[in-house]
Amino acid sequence: MKKRRFLNGWTLITAACFLFFLFFFLYPISRIFINSVYNFETGAFSMKSFVKFFTKRYYTNTVWNSLKVTSLATLSTAFFGGTLAYLARTIRLRGKRVLDIVMLISVLSPPFIGAYSWIVLLGRAGVVTEFINKLFGIQFEGIYGFSGILLVFTIKLSPLVYLYVSGALKNLDNSLNEASESMGCRGVRKIVTVILPLILPTLLASALLVFMRALADFGTPMLIGEGYRTLPVLIYNSFIGEVSQDHSFAAAISVIIVAFTTAIFLLQRWVAGRVNIEMSSMNPLEPKKATGIRNVLAHAYAYVFILLELLPIIVVTFNSFQNTQGSMFVEGFSLTSYVKAFNSMGSSIANTYMYSIAALFIILVIGILVSYSSVRRPSVLTAVLDTTTMFPYIIPGSVLGISMLLAFNKPPLTLSGTAMIIIAAYVIRRLPYTIRSSSAILRQISPSVEEASQSLGANGAETFVKVTVPMMISGVLPGALMSWMSIISELSASIMLYVGTTKTMTISIYTEVIRGNFGVASALSTILILSTIVVLLTFFKLTGRSEIEL
Amino acid sequence: MSVTIKIEHAVKKFGSNTVIKDLSLTVEQGEFFTLLGSSGCGKTTLLRMIAGFNSIEGGDFYFNDKRINDMPPYKRNIGMVFQNYAIFPHMNTFNNVAFGLKQQKVREPELSRRVNEMLETVQISELRDRMPKNMSGGQQQRIALARAIVMQPDVLLMDEPLSNLDAKLRVEMRTAIKHIQNACKITTIYVTHDQEEALAISDRIAVMREGVIQQVGAPITIYQHPANLFVATFIGQSSLMDATALHVDGQPAVKLYDGSVRVLPGMRADIADGTALKLCIRPNEFHFADEGLNASVEERVFFGDTMRYTLRLDNGQVIEIKQDIHQPLAQIGEKVKLSFRSDVVNAFDAHSEVSVMKEVVQA
Ligand SMILES: Nc1ncnc2c1ncn2[C@@H]1O[C@H](COP(=O)(O)OP(=O)(O)O)[C@@H](O)[C@H]1O
Ligand SMILES: [Mg+2]
Repeated sequence: MKKRRFLNGWTLITAACFLFFLFFFLYPISRIFINSVYNFETGAFSMKSFVKFFTKRYYTNTVWNSLKVTSLATLSTAFFGGTLAYLARTIRLRGKRVLDIVMLISVLSPPFIGAYSWIVLLGRAGVVTEFINKLFGIQFEGIYGFSGILLVFTIKLSPLVYLYVSGALKNLDNSLNEASESMGCRGVRKIVTVILPLILPTLLASALLVFMRALADFGTPMLIGEGYRTLPVLIYNSFIGEVSQDHSFAAAISVIIVAFTTAIFLLQRWVAGRVNIEMSSMNPLEPKKATGIRNVLAHAYAYVFILLELLPIIVVTFNSFQNTQGSMFVEGFSLTSYVKAFNSMGSSIANTYMYSIAALFIILVIGILVSYSSVRRPSVLTAVLDTTTMFPYIIPGSVLGISMLLAFNKPPLTLSGTAMIIIAAYVIRRLPYTIRSSSAILRQISPSVEEASQSLGANGAETFVKVTVPMMISGVLPGALMSWMSIISELSASIMLYVGTTKTMTISIYTEVIRGNFGVASALSTILILSTIVVLLTFFKLTGRSEIEL
Repeated sequence: MSVTIKIEHAVKKFGSNTVIKDLSLTVEQGEFFTLLGSSGCGKTTLLRMIAGFNSIEGGDFYFNDKRINDMPPYKRNIGMVFQNYAIFPHMNTFNNVAFGLKQQKVREPELSRRVNEMLETVQISELRDRMPKNMSGGQQQRIALARAIVMQPDVLLMDEPLSNLDAKLRVEMRTAIKHIQNACKITTIYVTHDQEEALAISDRIAVMREGVIQQVGAPITIYQHPANLFVATFIGQSSLMDATALHVDGQPAVKLYDGSVRVLPGMRADIADGTALKLCIRPNEFHFADEGLNASVEERVFFGDTMRYTLRLDNGQVIEIKQDIHQPLAQIGEKVKLSFRSDVVNAFDAHSEVSVMKEVVQA
């Protein structure tokens, strides 16, 4: 009798999690599909938004623009991130640890800091631009549009590929490497015929992530794109735009984007499914000391990367201490930007920490509960839940933001403008990662440990609280930190959902940049980056680790 | 305290796969009872039914007179020791052992007293504050044992607790387990696939095969008087020889393949003449003789106190025999005559494979 009640407890929890997901994700997402063809005011069905989209060159060009820059960015990050990871794992580099940390911080830094900094450096009036123009006596216009976006994406997202591939190479058994060399297969041929196939699944997975992030990135093209329009910008403008608001049209674009991301996702799945390789390394790849020109080139490559990744951070930090006058930086240094930031943006700083911690808490609770029920008490319901909680992978932030607004901006479900809706968006966006990592951890814990607890008189709930959760937590913690750091730099969903009182730091940074208050924007960015660095270093210090899984 | 475990007509199904069809068993109070059988025969399944981790598809399970079929594991007052130890990795030794007592709301100073006593009993007091991460298998298994026994459970269940240890530790730990069980007299069910371990440690053994109990008995009984051919060949080493039943002067006897006749005093008198039998002869029950079966020595291996020979009988069959080293030795290639102790060998019906010996009481 008791046993049955206990099972019902888990069914109930699973059902509750499912309802949460239904309410905050499936329902909103269904709204974009409905809104794209159905007008709630007039009650009329029409395909006119799609017709409008596909008949105007202006809009179809946007799709083309997005795909072009996203695909190229994916290729270039895969190349640069992949090659750098291979170098760093095979050749002993001085400062490898610095490289790793810089890459990590770069991945976690707010998305459009790069765009902003590269404008400062290479924009029309950029420091480097002016230097070049003076030096060569030319009229270089600075990088904007396609090349600007590609540059920023490549620099910003290569670290993502780097970290993933580096992780995969760590699991690559050196004996495979040595075996291929012993059979006379070396150098580039070895990389192409042996190494590349082995890390291909990881490379594809990280390429998918890059593609999704680049396609969904709103801040970068908004700042540096100028005339080069991409899909998220178009969504934002048609939804929030000051000129004209067309919700149905924004919904239609969202549907089109989701169609793309789904196609790409399925394609990646299909390819990855055919090249799935299990690796676990007894004998990991050892970086070897290189000599002569090889050594110099390898170091140069790594150091240039470190510099490129650090430049945006250096620029904003430097700017944050500069004196300003209006939107201009002037001579001298002071803390005025910080004072201004705290005075005018104090609430957004507080919001950032409050929302992110609240979201993290919810993510952990739901993530652990869902993973437990699907790993330990599998049923049809948990299988459904497991699958649906993965959908947010393929929903870009701006689409999620719009869908939530569409769903919750009218009574009886008026949540727009509340902190809750922003927190819910954070939760939905990060939950898939936490569920995945918790499930993986749980599968590694033998059920007999939980049975031991029960045999010692602890019932199901007590066992879960006293044994299962504590065993999981050390494994879940790194992922939770990653989630927290991604949340505090989240922009694309929250930019759709914020109102004056629920601004967060990333939103403030964005609005300040748009207004030309670069000083305050830089100060806020610096605070954000510093938070990330402090948390990362504390984590490394406390756990004695030197790496963290993404 | 310690209980009698009674299982009546137990049935276990995994989906459509019936692993245990109809199993009945009684384990006496304070007994060290072993389930012995090869891998996959359903030992773990049965043990987990007793523990409450497996559902029960049929039959009744009793601790004394209390039916426990629907009682959740945490109320059965069992102690369980797992093959992989299942130590709580986030707790030190002390807290691992104290876990169940805390669950029962045992307070200080009794808590510490009982835990420390237990740690002493299993000889790991010096590991009291250590985390399990860097402990050896033997140390972890001692914690697991301490953790189970400190609860003074009604029943102690152990599932191949020694199979992950190396050979030397295995013998050491098995002695320790037997010692501790002797001291606290908890009704214990021990699962193993290792017959040597079972013979060494148990009060009684149940030999299982494909979910069916073949024989229950004391180790010596099972070894000397196996109930059927499976038990005879599973426990210890044996050579099988075809024979036919007959009577000589009213005495039960067998005729061997070469036509020679042996009286088997232990065989039942009611076995019909002409019944096809199988003789099961242990290596040390053979001896060289002046008269007997013709054989040639194919191989011999010296074991210190004994010499083991591989012989080929003149019907082509290969058998193993073991001789005391002080007996006359045979050379490889030598032709020998072979006899066996007809007072101790076992005979089985060739078709039903059931023992035809008087000593064996058929269930
Ligand atoms: N959870 C399970 N689901 C399905 N079949 C199982 C399960 N556990 C055990 N079995 C099957 O039951 C049989 C007995 O297994 P088990 O009790 O583990 O054997 P033993 O412990 O004697 O090696 C095996 O055929 C095994 O495949
Ligand atoms: Mg087993």
